[in-house]
Amino acid sequence: MAETFLFNALRAATDEEMARDRTVFVLGEDVGHYGGSYKVTKDLYKTYGELRLLDTPIAENSFTGMAVGAAMTGLRPIVEGMNMGFLLLAFNQIANNAGMLRYTSGGNFTLPMVIRGPGGVGRQLGAEHSQRLEAYFQAVPGLKIVACSTPYNAKGLLKSAIRDNNPVLFFEHVLLYNLKENLPDEEYLVPLDKAEVVRSGKDVTILTYSRMRHHVLQAVKGMEKEGIDPEVIDLISLKPIDLETVGESIRKTHRVIIVEECMKTGGIAAELIALINDNFFDELDAPVLRLSSQDIPTPYNGKLENLTIVQPEQIVEAAQKMVQALV
Amino acid sequence: MVQERIVPDTPVEGELSNKEEALRYYEDMVLGRTFEDKCAEMYYRGKMFGFVHLYNGQEAVSSGTILTMRPGVDYVCSTYRDHVHALSSGVPAREVMAELFGKATGCSKGRGGSMHLFSSQHKLLGGFAFVAEGIPVALGAAFQIRYRRDVMGEDDDRVVACFFGDGACNNGQFYECLNMAALWKLPILFVVENNKWAIGMDHYRATSQPEIYRKAESFDIPGHEVDGMDLLAMRSATLKGIDRARSGQGPTLIEALTYRFRGHSLADPDELRSLDEKEAWLSRDPIKRFETYILDRDLATQGELDDINKKIEEEIEEAVRFAEESPEPDPSELRRYVFAED
Repeated sequence: MAETFLFNALRAATDEEMARDRTVFVLGEDVGHYGGSYKVTKDLYKTYGELRLLDTPIAENSFTGMAVGAAMTGLRPIVEGMNMGFLLLAFNQIANNAGMLRYTSGGNFTLPMVIRGPGGVGRQLGAEHSQRLEAYFQAVPGLKIVACSTPYNAKGLLKSAIRDNNPVLFFEHVLLYNLKENLPDEEYLVPLDKAEVVRSGKDVTILTYSRMRHHVLQAVKGMEKEGIDPEVIDLISLKPIDLETVGESIRKTHRVIIVEECMKTGGIAAELIALINDNFFDELDAPVLRLSSQDIPTPYNGKLENLTIVQPEQIVEAAQKMVQALV
Repeated sequence: MVQERIVPDTPVEGELSNKEEALRYYEDMVLGRTFEDKCAEMYYRGKMFGFVHLYNGQEAVSSGTILTMRPGVDYVCSTYRDHVHALSSGVPAREVMAELFGKATGCSKGRGGSMHLFSSQHKLLGGFAFVAEGIPVALGAAFQIRYRRDVMGEDDDRVVACFFGDGACNNGQFYECLNMAALWKLPILFVVENNKWAIGMDHYRATSQPEIYRKAESFDIPGHEVDGMDLLAMRSATLKGIDRARSGQGPTLIEALTYRFRGHSLADPDELRSLDEKEAWLSRDPIKRFETYILDRDLATQGELDDINKKIEEEIEEAVRFAEESPEPDPSELRRYVFAED
């Protein structure tokens, strides 16, 4: 495939998996005729029909529960959250049913399903459309949580998520759909549980995911000018965390900065710091530092919105402080 | 004297005249009643814990619906009051009892408990503890049937029975799912067990239109008001719903007017329901009524019914013995079943 937009990479993944397995279907608001609010399912209904690209009424709780029932009885539903924030309405079905039902049923049922869609802070979309639900859902047992960040990993991860026999929450980012990248022509999968070492370095480990990966990479340029050599890791899997890759890096750099877009309280970094302390405390030369969004509803005003989320300069500054303090 | 909403004798299509079939229904109702009475005893003896919601009085709804379908083939989706739906679906009494005892041999391996009974083998989708949350799950199973038929070209004539109570009919999921089921003509029977009380909330204090079957009209689907204390009426309404579902016409709403002879759960002091009301419904005991039907038509003798009662007593005693003697789940398997690979 030539240069491909991220939304088209997701579309290709869906298309390939639907062609490969007739039990795979997509449901959600405007996934059929309209092609999805970010065009991830554009025209797929023409190939696969209206039952496999099922346009649902606006009833998040019920269509998510319906996907649970379909998964329990042998289909492989992909629920598109038009905006992941809407899935707050389906919290019960995601937590109590998708997440816990296999366990409470003593293994009677498996739930192969994907719940995917755009999350994150966009451009002045207002608080309700700027959610980072990965933090809300991380405490639910039985869910896998994944965040894609490039066209390449978006495609390979979504294919793996569709083939996985567990419920997978698959986070895309509203501002990354138009990223472009050359993708391989041949089929490939990206494993759900592996972090990606985006840049190797020796001075500090920067753990990040989703759109913040790109903020971090921008910041890396500034760090290089300052003579700092960071290692950048895209977590990819937010649950479970790939501690092997994280640990390997910490043993090399002994310093960690976490950059996330979710809010600080109860965020992904909060859990990650606990895991790092539990597992690699002796390797650390400094306390782990986290850069998170402010603990506030995302404001509409553009300047305030920028102040709410982490900016590249802050990442450079944090890296400087951490590395210089230890020289 | 309370004025109870009681359906005048529902015209029953196709009298039940086959002895074997009649006794099957009778046995299932007796099984349900006897099982639940034993649960109360075991709960008070400290053998089971948590919230336990018994089904006494409502047996005609479970037996009349599920046995009229094909247990183990057609799907059943239940609520927290699920023991008897599980039994009618064919889950062995010993496996249900063992689950209530928290044993590894329980139908949910001791992980679920009273409100989370499951059996994939018997097509029991659960055991849903929150009011109305099972309705969309049942809808998904019904969608799956249509999907297999229309997308995968399979010859699938299964149907889904989705049980819930009057309380659930004031919840959004009820309306959302009726809409989708009607929209896509899904093979599903929505069976409301209207027992008048959502714990302590009188149905008439909770809803603006107490005649639930009339809500079907808004979705352009049939709604049947059925005497839920009458096995034959339940059977007849179910037959109509199945026909409609199999012929691709979509869902049916059945409002079964029924009553629970016990409190909401074994933890409920049951202080709000009047004695008059309870007596009015106790006099309509579905098992006694069906017994009279059988004897009046000489479908079986009292002796034959007594034999069934005795057989069920023994089955329940055996279920208790099995549950008592079964092992607890292995602590080393605490984390098992969280993920599909476990």
